[in-house]
Amino acid sequence: MNRTGLLAKVITITSTAIAIASGVLVLAGYFFAQKADGQSSLLTDIHLTLLNWAIILAGFAIIIGILNLFQVHLKKIQNKQKGSAYSLLLIISLVFMFLFGLIRPSQMGVVFNTIQLPVEASLMALLAVTLTYASIRLLRHRLNLLSVIFLVTSLLMLLGTAPLPLLGDIPGISDWVRPFIAQVIAVAGARGILLGVALGTLTTGLRIIFGADHPYRGNK
Amino acid sequence: MSPWLGLAGFGVVFFSAALMLGLSLLRRKKSPVFRDIPAFTRLRQAVELVVEDGSHLHVSLGRGALTTPQSASALAGLALLRQLANLASASDQPPIVTSGDATLAILSQDTLLAAAIISERATYDSTAGRLTGLTPFSYAAGAIPVIRDENVTANILMGNFGAEVALLNEAIERENAFVLAGSDNLTAQAVIYSSAQEPLIGEEIYAAGAYFESGPLHIASLTVQDILRWLIIMAILVGTLLTLAGGL
Repeated sequence: MNRTGLLAKVITITSTAIAIASGVLVLAGYFFAQKADGQSSLLTDIHLTLLNWAIILAGFAIIIGILNLFQVHLKKIQNKQKGSAYSLLLIISLVFMFLFGLIRPSQMGVVFNTIQLPVEASLMALLAVTLTYASIRLLRHRLNLLSVIFLVTSLLMLLGTAPLPLLGDIPGISDWVRPFIAQVIAVAGARGILLGVALGTLTTGLRIIFGADHPYRGNK
Repeated sequence: MSPWLGLAGFGVVFFSAALMLGLSLLRRKKSPVFRDIPAFTRLRQAVELVVEDGSHLHVSLGRGALTTPQSASALAGLALLRQLANLASASDQPPIVTSGDATLAILSQDTLLAAAIISERATYDSTAGRLTGLTPFSYAAGAIPVIRDENVTANILMGNFGAEVALLNEAIERENAFVLAGSDNLTAQAVIYSSAQEPLIGEEIYAAGAYFESGPLHIASLTVQDILRWLIIMAILVGTLLTLAGGL
């Protein structure tokens, strides 16, 4: 093995060991938070320290992420790729907001509320149309019993939630069907799915603690 | 958290860990048998097509920050990315990874770098792992041009999303590209079911890594999930019966 290979191996083993140790300490800090006398344990202190370090690192990661965003769009402009005009607009906005934040930090909220929020609200409105269209398209993609149940349920929920003009609430659907679906069937299904997600989260975490999955320093 | 609750939680985690280790040691020589999830079979075919036609594979990891519990789905997405990047390493075009969280963007770059080193590819493009936005809709708005303009024929959306995933699916549908999507978020799962070609529901996203890299611990983790699920079902049934009996 050459020197570079050896160095890579050492880095991989060290980072895996640090990750496993941090994972175990944070996990133990959750379970053994208090001593018998009710005071916080040493594990809690370690747990909080590690989490604080993670939050600080995540803050630096945002700076790197924004530089990455800048680099991606600069490259698009340089290569005159499709949509490079939008990339130029993004870079101008990014620089403008950065300078504005330095000069008038107290006014940042105003700019955010008057530009970013309305744009996101428009996308939210677009989402309503997109979802309606997707529901119609569902039968073309998957014509099966589950798809039909999905669409019929959606329709019943809509009818039960939004009163019809002139008619108002629909008897039976608004006062019985909708609450039954929302509070019994949907809740039972959601709890089942959430239990599955929780079990998946647990085993994913354990795989990382055991070093079977390592999303850090991947070149083993 | 009360000490007893903490001890109970530790017991569950310790039991799961011991079971996972034990099963992985017992079954390490047996060939794994998986339940059929057609979405994963079609994903493999889609990746092979990507390699053949020289187009891009797009993986979107959502916006589950690493310091939150939502990161597990993104970590499952990263595990899958690692396998797919190795599978697609024969192609000239590395996968493009988009995310709505900076730490995920960095981890995706590291994963792509690892794939480039393993496949001994001469160049590594740091812009292939991208942060596209920090709010749900800016993230979606940043990922849509990747789907539309960068010759992408297969998309994997795996991580923590909200309803904005519908916008991504709509863009993919317009490009007539393949999509496999899964999320840990209930709203996103409903949206994905109605809008994605190949939806993954519930814990299926956490099984993705095992379906592509069947290491002993991966397979054991699926078995542990099944065992714990049955234990929970039994506990619920016994609890219901006891409640009924108490009410009689």
